[in-house]
Amino acid sequence: MAFDYAQYMRPGKLPHIWCPGCAHGIVMKSIIRAIDREQLDKDNTVLVSGIGCASRMPGYVDFNTLHTTHGRALGFATGVKMAKPSMDVIVVSGDGDALAIGGNHFIHSCRRNINITLIVFNNNIYGMTGGQFSPTTPHGKLASTTPYGNPDYAFDVVDLAIGAGASYVARGTAYHSVPLTRLIADGIAHRGFSVIDALCTCPTTYGRRNKLGSATDMLLWFKGNTVGKKIVDKKPEKAEGKIVTGVFRQDEKPEYCDEYAKIIEKVSD
Amino acid sequence: MSEKVVFYQGNEACAEGALYAGCNFFAGYPITPSTEVAEFLARRLPKQGGAFIQMEDEIAAMAAVIGASLTGAKSITATSGPGMSLKLENLGFACITEVPCVIVNVMRGGPSTGLPTGPSQSDVMQARWGTHGDHPAIALAPDSVQEIFTETVRAFNLAERLRTPVILLTDEIIGHMREKFTIPAEGEIEIWDRPRPTVPPEEYKPYDISEGIIPPMADFGSGYRFHVTGLNHDETGFPTNIPSLVEPEERRLMAKITENLDIIEKYEYMEKKGSKVGVISFGSSARSTRSAIAMAGEGGTSVDFLRLITLWPFPSHVVNEMADKLDLIIVPEMNLGQMIEEVERSAEGKTEVIGVNRVDGEPITPDQILEKIREVS
Amino acid sequence: MSDRYEVRLSGAGGQGLVLAGVILAEAAALYDGINAVQTQSYGPEARGGASKSEVIISDSDIDYPKATAIDLLLCLTQEACDKYTDDLKEKGIIIADSRMVKELPDGNYTIYSLPIIDTAKEKVGKTFVANIVALGVIAHLAEKVSFDSVLQAVLSRVPKGTEDLNKRALQLGYELIG
Repeated sequence: MAFDYAQYMRPGKLPHIWCPGCAHGIVMKSIIRAIDREQLDKDNTVLVSGIGCASRMPGYVDFNTLHTTHGRALGFATGVKMAKPSMDVIVVSGDGDALAIGGNHFIHSCRRNINITLIVFNNNIYGMTGGQFSPTTPHGKLASTTPYGNPDYAFDVVDLAIGAGASYVARGTAYHSVPLTRLIADGIAHRGFSVIDALCTCPTTYGRRNKLGSATDMLLWFKGNTVGKKIVDKKPEKAEGKIVTGVFRQDEKPEYCDEYAKIIEKVSD
Repeated sequence: MSEKVVFYQGNEACAEGALYAGCNFFAGYPITPSTEVAEFLARRLPKQGGAFIQMEDEIAAMAAVIGASLTGAKSITATSGPGMSLKLENLGFACITEVPCVIVNVMRGGPSTGLPTGPSQSDVMQARWGTHGDHPAIALAPDSVQEIFTETVRAFNLAERLRTPVILLTDEIIGHMREKFTIPAEGEIEIWDRPRPTVPPEEYKPYDISEGIIPPMADFGSGYRFHVTGLNHDETGFPTNIPSLVEPEERRLMAKITENLDIIEKYEYMEKKGSKVGVISFGSSARSTRSAIAMAGEGGTSVDFLRLITLWPFPSHVVNEMADKLDLIIVPEMNLGQMIEEVERSAEGKTEVIGVNRVDGEPITPDQILEKIREVS
Repeated sequence: MSDRYEVRLSGAGGQGLVLAGVILAEAAALYDGINAVQTQSYGPEARGGASKSEVIISDSDIDYPKATAIDLLLCLTQEACDKYTDDLKEKGIIIADSRMVKELPDGNYTIYSLPIIDTAKEKVGKTFVANIVALGVIAHLAEKVSFDSVLQAVLSRVPKGTEDLNKRALQLGYELIG
């Protein structure tokens, strides 16, 4: 039987704002299936977002949803989680939202290891504002604000998250939607701060400008240019020229709300 | 808890007031001269099962305060000028989404880093107009340690009753000053909670005003699943840009204030028989004013005194009535003339208005005010 | 403002002058039952720099909380003495540490140059109780506060286990004035 997405969607909220060919819808479906796999209670789940294309996702789905200010979703989510640690908190964010304007919140959420799952819809561009370069736009690529090629270098979301102390870090792609669902579900199940770098595509403002072909071509590119982490672990040379996907870190590490609960336990009257 | 007499700093009284009002969440970032509010709550909140978190910056702290409030917590943050500038982004979010919270600004000299340990009252206009867009504003300005306590309680009550952020505007002098004060017995001051929905979840609309101008607010996690956005939205909480839906909501945010002045406005008007001069002041400058007026009285000059406890919304009608009677209104404030603009506007040219201003990091002295009173009487 | 008794405690950051001011004000407000307000001002340094703490004591309400006509000034460093004597009243009292403060202001003041820090260091054995020794001196000289109230306030504020040490420091300070 086909999976019933409708049970998690708010009636009357579609069509979404995403362009034809945008991969965000695929990532949204993976998130929904991951939530379903983890059997989260809709009433007890909060989806928080900032500003940008990806950040419109919470409006479409039937949970407690909070669409906040640019880059600040993790700050809001931290307040929700600290005030009600029993709730499951998921943050969806774009690459600009999570890593540029929200970069400080990103690294400190990793460091704090608070039990929140962050999914970065990483399409290498600011889509909503019309295609300006983001912290994950590769060097040399074209954007509306890098008309002569990007002089900047990109963040590696996985390296950044690991360096900052996140205890679950994974990367998947919109093309590999079944593994992506598993990576997100494992992130939700993980007790600590989880980061899933979800590579997706923006044919309208990034692909077109950089001559990457059709929306389908862009998705298919992931098929030929990624390699699983498990394969690379055995044969490192396989990583040559490829994007590595899979789980990069999954550590048991004290979770922030648990640590604070211990303080409450210790000092309460 | 029964009544208790203590010798506290203003900032500590603020934190104590928050707890009295039922506060169970603080998020903040260290900044002089407000840090004692955070330090006090870091010690006390976990003792009663609440949560304290020091965030990575002022912006995240304000965000966390709003997030916590959405789960039903009574939440507060404390800062000073440079931090307040950063909080303004999400203050606007709290205004448009109608999330109750309290923001304490212990004012210090500015602009920019300014005078970190010096007092000032130069954030008066920031409190009103700091965040972008039209928005409601409530700012309370106590003048003693005791009143910092009671006004913090009132700030929470107003935030909850009106579903809006409330700013408590103190300054370095009264924030750090220690005085004897009484923590009232539990129940002595009425504590309000936000209106919560009475309809079943499937009928709930987060901005439904069929029962009144303040829509009932459900807690995240209570079975009422709803959407919150900083975009203009309709009664269902979802974004809209339909002009006929946008404007009434924008107007309602303001009307929440103007239709509830009876519970928001608070001032003391000490009128003297035959006086031709009046002073309007607030916060620590009001203390100097009281001394100056007492000294003027010893010299046989009677002076009226309007002390504002609620700064925003500004009580124009009271100032206008003063202007009818008086030949001169003096406005002492530790800035280069902010509240005086409101006084002039409210007086409608019916009386002369002059300022006593000081921005060197020292308080306005009673002598400075007395000198102005003597110049004209 | 006539019945105000104004005290300014000055020295360097880290000498415990804010705490001394708080104790003096609490002695008046909580134990002597009159009004007291304590304020402070300090530089950005947590240690060092010129620091001051002020206490206003009065039988009536205290509106203006800062000192304007000081009755009693304590100086524990030369820098503080140079910086903070301006508002001292005619015939006001200066209590200066005899080791740290060598140059005292000219004027019609009553000056006590006393070994406050040396007393703390040599007779109590802990330099950090110099603020409490100074409070002992102040309790002796200041109108409006009693020794017993200051003692009670000291004991309620100092860390557990240091009560005897602080009591001794206060007593020695009190006795520095013959």
